[in-house]
Amino acid sequence: MQIVVCIKQVPDTAEVKIDRETNTLIREGVPSIINPFDLHAVEEALLLRERFGGSVTLLSMGPPQVEAALREALSLGVDQAVLLSDRAFAGADTLATSYTLAAGIRKIGAFDLILCGKQAIDGDTAQVGPEIAEWLDIPHLTYVSSIDEIILAEPAKITVSRLIEGGYEQVRASLPVLLTVVRELNEPRLPSFRASLRARTQAIAAWGVADLDVDPERLGISGSPTRVNRIFVPEYDRQGQVFTGSPEDQAKALVVALRSARLI
Amino acid sequence: MNYFLTAEQKLIQQITRRFARERVAPVAAELDEKGEFPRKLLGVLAKTDLCGVSIPEAYGGLGEGIFGFCLVVEEISRVDSGVAICFAATGLGTIPLLLFGTEEQKQQYLPDVAAGKKLGAFALTEANAGSDSSAQETTAVRDGDYYVLNGTKQWITNGREADIYTVIAVTNKAKGARGISAFIVEKGTPGFSFGKKEQKMGIRASSTTGLIFNNCRVPGANLLAREGMGLIVALKTLDKSRPGVGAQAVGIAQGALDQAIKFARQRVQFGQPIIQFQAIQHMLADMATQTEAARALVYSVARTIDSGTKEISKASAMAKMFASDVAMRVTTDAVQVMGGAGYMKEYPVEKMMRDAKITQIYEGTNQIQRSVIASELIKERDEW
Amino acid sequence: MSQIKLVSDRCTGCGECIAACLYNAVTMENGLPIFGDACNLCGACAEACPSGAIEVLATAGKPAVDKTSYRDIWVFGETRDGQPAKVVLQLLGAGRSLADQTGQKLCAVLIGDNLGGLPELLIAHGADRVLLGEQPALAAFRDEPYTAVLASAVNQYRPSIILFGATAAGRSLAPRLAARLRTGLTADCTGLSIDRDSGDLLQTRPAFGGNIMAAIVTPNHRPQLATVRPGVLKPLQCDKLRQGEVIRLAIGDDLLAARTEVLGFTVAEGEAVNLEDASIIVAGGRGLGSAENFELVKELASLLGGAVGASRAAVDEGWISYAHQVGQTGKTVSPRLFIACGISGAIQHLVGMQGSEIIVAINKNPDAPIFKAATYGLIGDAPTILKELIAQLQSGA
Repeated sequence: MQIVVCIKQVPDTAEVKIDRETNTLIREGVPSIINPFDLHAVEEALLLRERFGGSVTLLSMGPPQVEAALREALSLGVDQAVLLSDRAFAGADTLATSYTLAAGIRKIGAFDLILCGKQAIDGDTAQVGPEIAEWLDIPHLTYVSSIDEIILAEPAKITVSRLIEGGYEQVRASLPVLLTVVRELNEPRLPSFRASLRARTQAIAAWGVADLDVDPERLGISGSPTRVNRIFVPEYDRQGQVFTGSPEDQAKALVVALRSARLI
Repeated sequence: MNYFLTAEQKLIQQITRRFARERVAPVAAELDEKGEFPRKLLGVLAKTDLCGVSIPEAYGGLGEGIFGFCLVVEEISRVDSGVAICFAATGLGTIPLLLFGTEEQKQQYLPDVAAGKKLGAFALTEANAGSDSSAQETTAVRDGDYYVLNGTKQWITNGREADIYTVIAVTNKAKGARGISAFIVEKGTPGFSFGKKEQKMGIRASSTTGLIFNNCRVPGANLLAREGMGLIVALKTLDKSRPGVGAQAVGIAQGALDQAIKFARQRVQFGQPIIQFQAIQHMLADMATQTEAARALVYSVARTIDSGTKEISKASAMAKMFASDVAMRVTTDAVQVMGGAGYMKEYPVEKMMRDAKITQIYEGTNQIQRSVIASELIKERDEW
Repeated sequence: MSQIKLVSDRCTGCGECIAACLYNAVTMENGLPIFGDACNLCGACAEACPSGAIEVLATAGKPAVDKTSYRDIWVFGETRDGQPAKVVLQLLGAGRSLADQTGQKLCAVLIGDNLGGLPELLIAHGADRVLLGEQPALAAFRDEPYTAVLASAVNQYRPSIILFGATAAGRSLAPRLAARLRTGLTADCTGLSIDRDSGDLLQTRPAFGGNIMAAIVTPNHRPQLATVRPGVLKPLQCDKLRQGEVIRLAIGDDLLAARTEVLGFTVAEGEAVNLEDASIIVAGGRGLGSAENFELVKELASLLGGAVGASRAAVDEGWISYAHQVGQTGKTVSPRLFIACGISGAIQHLVGMQGSEIIVAINKNPDAPIFKAATYGLIGDAPTILKELIAQLQSGA
């Protein structure tokens, strides 16, 4: 199977702190990591390659430092990696990002499956995967929690379970298809010794605008219909009432307040 | 301290450290409590290529020798030495093949071990043959192209879980120590079964069982080296594997030291963190120094072995004996530093203290190690 | 980069911009910040700059379409088991006020099969009009035919805004439609309003794991798409007397093409936890200290007839299952009463419950951010105070 996995390098948002004085984000010391959901996508690609043979190609879009994330993923045993990097791509929202990634996938060549993580932990939009599928005119399925069956002989099909509200939906799709995956799908492996050694010197293809068949108007800022007006750290100030005294007093005061609000 | 590791050795350390912290640590307490064999974890380790760390590349391993092996054992032991020993016992069980196997035997068994598909075990100990390892009672009687094994082995690490067992048995009672041989026996061979799983003080994630041989027919091709070489196979194997026990001990000691320091930094008594008190500081200093000394000795011995040096018995015994005594002292002190908390199962050090004890006992008790060292000293000529 | 500009005479070299940049794109050279390749114009630095020395130039751009020819606010009427998903009614509630503000119509789009009675229900909850796409092939939600039907309707009717619930279906359908229409989509909105000057939809949403809020607009493209978190907006009261029209969409076979097939559905095992409907929630966090203490939360919830919630820390500790998690990566709730016990109030959690009518915070750290969001604050040891509360309520004091 020819599998393409899209990954994103993100700041570890679980480690981000807020400076209470200035009410801004403290970015310093926050490490860049591979988006955790993408690791599950990479793992599934490797498992499928173990079952069916073929190759796994990594694709990512971003500034040159993203190469470090691609090397980290190569040390898991992925066959090759491609970085889409160009000033023209910067400032892209999800539409421009997905457009660019789709162009990258077309250049990589024929594929059976594209795997993406459910969402990136910085943007949290979960939009890029389905948008890539639309640009490439292939079906997509989101929230995939297990791959139940794959038939590679024509007409090639895949059956998956999707984790949605209340339970699991079983869906069958024709290949090629794009899947976005959730954590439940698998347990990502650790880097392997051999792949780590290989990854140190493995060539990573770097493609810019000139290498892709794209309409420049659809890239970067010009290709982004959405704009960020402003970013702020939410401030909460309800000016609440504080109950003091012994735990007994505090509890009593609360009960009175809740009773008079007719809540209990 | 900087031990001037090669890039490959650092990579082994890094990957093992991630394995230990990310995958072993979350389940260590539960494995210990339930005495559960970490089959899934070994599968994760297999995918990192590290199961073959000490197996030569010709047989699918990484060829990083005893040093590489010690690095893996040490890093896992920092978190849970029970899991480490499930990996290490396979090493112990396959060193006989590496040292004495024919090319056919090596090709048949080693690639699967390197890939983590099969586990190994070493079966020497019997109810009446512990320190006195030559007092073997298990017999192997020649019958045509086969040997028929009868007898029982006791307290074998990886018992029931391993696929490949190196079994020591008597082929010619009249010849005494020279009448003992070594065989490779596969799980599933008719007549080969297992005793009950032992409940142990520590390293509870590992499986320790008896082996029962009842007219078990083993192909003649599974004899290692020649008839009569059994004890030599065993002793040469232990010479190579003892630093691994040393590495296990170093890992346990380091893990306990780390916990003690972490605790002492945040435990406040008499108005300050207890790490400010000289009594605690001096204990920690001694623990840290001993652990480092043990590590330096184990690493030196591992490098010596990997360089091809023939005479390694004394050094190997020293590494095992010194490091295991350090581990027992350091873990006991770690519990002491942590006081009541150290005694509670809620904190990891009581387990480390329970785990450390076995390192002073198996692969030759520390009393036997001292005897080995002394007998080497006596043999050595005065260079002056 | 030409789109981000430093007003150097205002810059004091304080470096706040470097600290604020989430992408490590700012470096200091000769006491002035340089914006590197990694800059994606998010504007966090401009926000953080105390001297207003950074300008992120919105290239005004020209509208890609004639915005005035796009009118009306649409709500995607996702259905579940033959009923509209709760979020749809919430979207209609917010949509109603957006429609009233702009003098436009509010229209629900219902796609599926056997939808009898639903158009009337949606009209009763605020819709002026319902577009109905009813076909057997549309019975189960599938991205491709639903995208095709919606895109065709958009081309015909040209709505200005389309709102979706940020549900599994909504978060799958909306991006596919956005790419089909080459327009902007903002996900997981927690706030919607109309900009008085431009008439554009102002969309507020959490990002960076809930650590920040972003205000997003789609200034030059139409329609403006947004998915909205369930539990954030409020539905209108059902008014059976409300009038509205129902229009059947013409659906050609070409719109029904699909390369996926829904085979079945398995209900998830385990407790059905309905936090979204609870009017009282008692939630516990790391400050409780142990699984044993967490039981006090369950006891209080039971006494008050409420549901049990948890912060991510409590779930990670294993004290309760993920189904009870409230926050950015858990559920969004808006009960009448939310009692947070031993919860510090990290933004990722607040995002999930700050819509509650009355918030009670019990925490021994007086600086815990939760107190800023609380109506009533009790500073003290949460387990102790919980025991007191339980004792008093039990004795009927």
